[in-house]
Amino acid sequence: MKICCLVKEVPDAAVQKRIDPNTKRLDRSGEKNLNPFDTHGIEAAMQIREEGKADVDEIVAVTMGPESAVRALHKAVALGADRSVHLTDDALAGSDVCATGYALAKVLESEQPDLVLLGQQSDDGECYTIGAVVADHLKMPSLTQVIKIEADAEKLVCERQAEYGYDTVEVQLPAVISVGDAINEPRYPSLKAIMGAKKKPLETHATGDVGIEADRVGEQGSQTQVLAINPPPEKEAGEIIEDEDTTETVEKVVAWLDERKLL
Amino acid sequence: MAGILVYALHDDEGNFNKNSLGAISEAAKLAGELGTEAAAVVVGEIADDACAGLGAYGAGKVYRAKSAPEGLAQPIVDVMAKVIEDEGFSYALFGGGLLGFEIGAGLTARLGAGVTMEVTEIKAQDGKLVAERPVLQDSAIVDVGYVGEPGIIIGRLNAFDVQERDGGSADVVDVDVELSEWSTKAKMVKRGEQRGEEVNIEDADILVGGGRGLGEADNFKLAEELAEALGGAVAATRAVVDAGWYPYSAQIGQTGKTVAPKLYLAAGISGAIQHKVGMQSSENILAINKDPNAPIFEFADLGVVGDLHKILPKLTEAVKAKKGG
Repeated sequence: MKICCLVKEVPDAAVQKRIDPNTKRLDRSGEKNLNPFDTHGIEAAMQIREEGKADVDEIVAVTMGPESAVRALHKAVALGADRSVHLTDDALAGSDVCATGYALAKVLESEQPDLVLLGQQSDDGECYTIGAVVADHLKMPSLTQVIKIEADAEKLVCERQAEYGYDTVEVQLPAVISVGDAINEPRYPSLKAIMGAKKKPLETHATGDVGIEADRVGEQGSQTQVLAINPPPEKEAGEIIEDEDTTETVEKVVAWLDERKLL
Repeated sequence: MAGILVYALHDDEGNFNKNSLGAISEAAKLAGELGTEAAAVVVGEIADDACAGLGAYGAGKVYRAKSAPEGLAQPIVDVMAKVIEDEGFSYALFGGGLLGFEIGAGLTARLGAGVTMEVTEIKAQDGKLVAERPVLQDSAIVDVGYVGEPGIIIGRLNAFDVQERDGGSADVVDVDVELSEWSTKAKMVKRGEQRGEEVNIEDADILVGGGRGLGEADNFKLAEELAEALGGAVAATRAVVDAGWYPYSAQIGQTGKTVAPKLYLAAGISGAIQHKVGMQSSENILAINKDPNAPIFEFADLGVVGDLHKILPKLTEAVKAKKGG
């Protein structure tokens, strides 16, 4: 079985994020990291391999992004992927969900995976959707927000929370599954794995290498357009208490509750 | 016809989801502004009356695919793609919820359509719809327009209010859809399983919500003791419910319940959007969290930065003393 893990480089959680008013895109300068949700996807792949009910030959990390996204691939390899694939091309810049999903599906097609795993959302915005877009292009069954996977060679039994409680769903392979952060606790990479990550095979593709039609990606190929960026409605900032003396803090909180007749 | 098509989700008893009814109401309002019609899609064996009843929320027509199963996205993508293409709908709209995200995303791929998620408002502008979407932890709102048709709009939970109107009855049209081969490769084994005991959080005036910051399941007793002193109940985030620390029936947020108590005291909750959408209408929000950068402090009325293991027991004692005195 071949598992492809989709990963993404996102601005580090500690970085103050902003939208560039000229391009109307997220300003992606500054410190970056591997999308934390995707680390759960890699860990899920590792656990399927270690459990042994499905024979996992290869775990491949796949990303789309600028040159710097190589670092996200190195992290993915340090966490357990055997090799990685980088789709990078200036033509892809500014792709919306529709265009991104199409491009990722094309690069995955060249890998012919039995299972595609990814995080259910990215730290920088596109929530819940990419997995389902990719799946339809690949003509594979798909589930998102999965919190438990039992895998064998032919199928997965997945659990997730939906609108009315927990659903248990049997999915035949090949399939695309996005996972929630409750699915596992990703392991820390060993120092050896971190040091060795750059030596693992990394393939780089441009759009033409994997048959991506240029007019379906990038800003030109996108089906949505950001028309304006506005500040949110003003909300009066709440009061903040730094707890130094807990007795004093609690007195303040009780007074606040009392004032609002909540006691 | 250039109308707006809405997916109407229902449970196993055939009750329509509140967020779907809100989306139909919103579609009807927008269709009025665009001079077109709103319609709904229903899958499964739902009775004529129940389908026609969606007219009360503004659906002119209901397309029913009896043979398609409810609960998994891909068969519904097949149904909606066919209805959109056959009838020429300009937009597909979804209320908040997991299936709406999946179906909307599937349609994006199938129809090469633009999609906007987490939409909180929609406006009609020059004969087209523009979706407003908060981004970056709600620190900015972007207006998103569509290059072509159809456009896919996925609402945020509780974004659209349910509005009933007089005497509406929708025409029910049965549609026959052949499912894609890959749509039949996922099968529901069990739907809507409740895990943990049944607790009532929706009627409480005061809720103490517990999150990962509590550290471990046992520490929920700190939240329970405080809730008892305040005369309220205990709620939980999805993270701790999925971790098995607290029952599903106490969960607030995207895939849980929506509450609006007089006081919501968030203990060790970061305040991610998925939780926020379920409790942001609370009259008073008090947050205790050790991380001063937690998003919850952006919308809390009172925020306490500190260790809740120290603060909660003392607060419980102080509340008891105040109430007793």
